[in-house]
Order: sequence, then structure tokens, then C-alpha cells
Amino acid sequence: MARRLLSSLGQFLATLLVATALIFVMLRVMPGDPAVVALGINATPEALAQWRTEYGTDQSLALQYLQWMGGLVRGDFGTSYVTSQDLSPLIADRVQVTLILVGLSMVVALLVAVPLGVLAAVRHRYPSGVVLSGISQVGVAVPNFLVGVLLVAVFAVHLGWFPSGGWVAPSDDPVQFLRRLVLPVIALGSVQAAIITRYVRSAVLEIMREDFLRTARAKGLTKGAALVRHGLRNAGVPVVTIVGVQLAAMLIGSVVIERVFVIPGLGSLLVDSVGNRDLLAVQAIVAVLVLLVIVINLLVDLAYTVLDPRLRKAA
Amino acid sequence: MVTSLDTTDSVGMPVPAPSVPGGGRRRNRPGTQLIVGAALIALVALVALVSLVWTPYDPVATVASDRLQFPSAAHWFGTDRFGRDVFSAVMVGSQITLIVGFIAVGIAVVIGVPLGILAGMRPGRLGNLVMRGNDILLAFPGLLLAIVFGAVFGAGTVTAMVALGIGSIPAFARVARSGTLQVMKTDYVFAARAANRSEFRIALRHVLPNISGMIVVQCSVNFGIAVLAEAGLSFLGLGTMPPTPSWGRMLQESQQFLGSHDYLAMAPGIAIAVAVLGFNLLGDGLRDRFDPKMRSNR
Repeated sequence: MARRLLSSLGQFLATLLVATALIFVMLRVMPGDPAVVALGINATPEALAQWRTEYGTDQSLALQYLQWMGGLVRGDFGTSYVTSQDLSPLIADRVQVTLILVGLSMVVALLVAVPLGVLAAVRHRYPSGVVLSGISQVGVAVPNFLVGVLLVAVFAVHLGWFPSGGWVAPSDDPVQFLRRLVLPVIALGSVQAAIITRYVRSAVLEIMREDFLRTARAKGLTKGAALVRHGLRNAGVPVVTIVGVQLAAMLIGSVVIERVFVIPGLGSLLVDSVGNRDLLAVQAIVAVLVLLVIVINLLVDLAYTVLDPRLRKAA
Repeated sequence: MVTSLDTTDSVGMPVPAPSVPGGGRRRNRPGTQLIVGAALIALVALVALVSLVWTPYDPVATVASDRLQFPSAAHWFGTDRFGRDVFSAVMVGSQITLIVGFIAVGIAVVIGVPLGILAGMRPGRLGNLVMRGNDILLAFPGLLLAIVFGAVFGAGTVTAMVALGIGSIPAFARVARSGTLQVMKTDYVFAARAANRSEFRIALRHVLPNISGMIVVQCSVNFGIAVLAEAGLSFLGLGTMPPTPSWGRMLQESQQFLGSHDYLAMAPGIAIAVAVLGFNLLGDGLRDRFDPKMRSNR
């Protein structure tokens, strides 16, 4: 167990190191001198040189990388070349928004998908199970931003039940905060619910054929009781995997959803920064997103060990 | 699609006791998923082909007098804010969708499959190294990679295709590796090795044909993913650039006319969903055919 933990952790750190180096290198390939981007093409050579010294872009790439990494470890993302803004508080602010959106959407998706998936599996021979399964199949194919656009059309524009977008901090006005989150959370969560439903369904179907479940039924447990007592824990491993994979997907998918609902999250900051050619901001945001993805992968890895005792021994 | 949803029965496996849920009927005809999926893809492909030679109107021609017209006999899907025919634009948009999917999946197959086979045939240090690299790439989802590439090289269709292709490499490398590991344990590979065949020949003659089914399934799945991602990128304004019609951008442009001209969102939205659903169903259907053990609906 401890060895498995250590090896997961080691892999996590190695991946993180290589990934940040990759991000750094990728973004330094960017054509154009950041000094020229920041000061404009009419800047004097002296001004450019001074800017380069100030922002450290005249140093060697390796040194710049080490400085950037050193900053990352301390939670310091540096100062934007374009807006001269301190990036750390900005990103911290935006990350919160995105994490709230993604977290809530995942909770909603799970609350919907787990019961529906189990139901679709248990009743897979009946019309209700078939219909559920069919709906989830179609749901997987619908992009979340399409759901978002349709939700806005129906519930914001036509019915006027919810605002079409925007963001209010929960500390400012909790009611408005929730009202504005309803549509984006449904948009992001419903497609995930469809995907997770399919996984839960096939995981449970598989479990239902296992010997231990037959034994449980032979002991006199009802189908439902056997499933709850013995089945769900075993179905947990594939479901945890897909939840992890989907959390990462949602993090990236929220970039588009934030655009639909004008939510000031990390994704909209990323798209804006790409538009402004704000190299350092893009670099920082991508690093944060990749870090989150790697952390999710690590957590999934650890969750296996907790859920499936067989894997503990194998390590 | 509907009748094949009880796909947990596996082709060619001994029929389990009737009381076992999910067991039962064998299926020898192609699954409904396969048929419906193939039909939807054929529809998209047909539309793309026809749009090469004919569209009702020039999809990029702006007609000021025809702005924002509701669907009618003259304009089946109506017109947009510049008076462009939406039906024609949706038709032409299918080209971009298919091209991006083809190139992205092509890049992923050409790079990912050999890497996966290599990792499977040399499971030692080299294989580990390849798979570690794969894990690192896995931390960069395709859409994120495409946004970064857009920042570095400028956004556009080519950038999107390449980024989505690179982002799909890990999926193919993983599938190819796990397939290869299985093939390497078979008797005919032992025989080939005993006959002193070169590793390259074994890979080409024995491994590749045996894992091709799994690869085809993965192609279909990733095609769907690429279509979704391209639409998302274009929605963000980081994919296909105007005036080339693209479903994602049409959807984004429709947003400001919600409430008054909802049809503008419906046409590209349905088109995206049809294409993605087609590839998903095709993938599930093919999985049932090629790999009875890996059941569909995953």
C-alpha cells in the first residue's frame, strides 16, 4: 500500500515536471518577441531592451524556466506582459469560479447518473431501461455548449425563469449566485450525466453476472439488497475511473460553457489571454489546468486502492 | 439502436444460463447500433460530397435584403444576419467537420499505433518510457492543446486538426499496446519468433492485423471526439476562421439571436449531434463485431 502510494506520488511529480517544461517550451516557440507585443512595433530599441531586462526575457530559456517554476511552487505566476497585472490573485479568483461550476455540475451529474444507470441496468430487459439507455446514448452526442445555448433560449429568453448568464459571488448575494448557476450547471452536468449513466449501467450489468452476486441471491437476499450490499462497491472502480476522466474533461469543457454563460472563470480568462497574446497568462492558466488534470488522475489512482482491496495486495 | 441496447450478451460466447441477467440471445446480424451509426455517417458524408458540387445558395454570399429570414420554401433553414442561407452553410460545414476528424484521427493513428505496438512488443524499459510519455500527453486534453496551439501558431483549421490529432495519440497508443501484449502471447507469434522472423515483420504480419479491429473502433470513437472538439473550438472563435462555414461558429453566432431566431441555433446544433451520434453508434456497433469481450455501451 505504502509502496503503491509512493510510486503514484513519484509519477505525479515526474509528470508535473515534464508537463510544465513542455508548456514552457511550447509557449516560448510563440513567434514574436514579447517585448514587441507589449510595447508595440514603434517602441525604441532602448525601451525594448529595458523591458526585456525588467521582465527577464533576455535571460537564457533554462533560467527563465527555473524562475517560472520557482514562482509556481510559491504560488507566484508573475506579472502579465500585456496588462501588467499581477497574475496570482487573478488566477486564484478565476480558479474558484471554475471549480465551483465544475464541482457542482459533477455532483448534479452523479446524483442523476448513478440511480439512472443502476435502474437502466436492473431493468435492461424492460422498456424503461431501454429508453433510459437510448436517451443516454443521444445525450453523449450532444455538445454541452449546444445544451447551454438551448437552455438559454428556453429558460432565459422565452420563459425568463433564470438569468442568461453572468456571475455573482456567493458572498455578495447567495440567491443570485445560485440562480445564475442553474443553467450552466445543467448544461455542463447533463451531458456528463449521460456519459456516466452509460458507464454505471455497463458496470452494474457486469456485476450482476458475477458469482458473488448469485451467491448473495442464493443466500436469500433480494435482487436490490444483493446489489446494494455487494454490487455497488464492486461497480465503484470503473465508475471512479470515468468520474476522474470526466472531471478532467469537464474542466476543459467549462472553457466553452463559461463562454456561453459569460462566466468569469479560468476558461474565459484563457480564451481572452490567447486573444491578447498574453504569453505569461496563457502559460500560467494552462499550467494550472494541467496541474488539476494530473491531480485528478492521481486521486483516481489512489481511489482504486481504497475501493478495491485486491489492487492493494497486487502492488 | 434501441433493440441492441441489451448488448451485454456477447457474440460467440457460450449461452449462459437464462437466469443470468444480460446473458441470452446470440446476435449474428449486424447490430442496430452499427446500422444506424453507419447510416448517420453516410448521411453526413453524402451531404459533404454533394456540397462540393452543389448547394442551394452560395453559403458565403451575403444578401442584405434577405437578412434573418425564417425557414421557408426558399430557405429551408432560414438565413443568418448577413442574409446567408443557413442550409447551404450547414451543408458546407460538414466538409470541415469530416476533414478535421479525418486528419486528427489520421495523425493519432499514424503516431499512436506504432508507439503502442512498440511499447507492447518491448514491454521493458523502452515500453515503459513510451507509456510514461503517453501519460504526460494525457495531461493535455485535446481541446486545451488546441487552444495553446492557437495561441502559439495562430488559430485555424490546420492548427485545430494537428492539436486534436496529437491530443488523441494516447488513446491509440494505449489500445495498440494492450492489443499487442495479448497478441505477443499467442502461439503463432512464438512460431514466427522460432522461425527467426524479424520483429518488424512480426509487427506487420501478426500484430497489426490482429489489433486492427480495436484500432478501427478507437478511430470511430475519436472521430466523434474530434467533431465535438472542433465545434467547441470554432464556438470559442479558435477553430475554423470565417468566412468558411463551421457548425461551431454558426452556433456561437446564433447566440445573440436567441428568442427571436432560434432556428439559427437548431440547424448547426442538430448537425453536430447527428455527426457525433453517428460516430459513437458506429464505434459501439463495431466494438460488438470486432471484440465480443469488450461490450458496447461503455
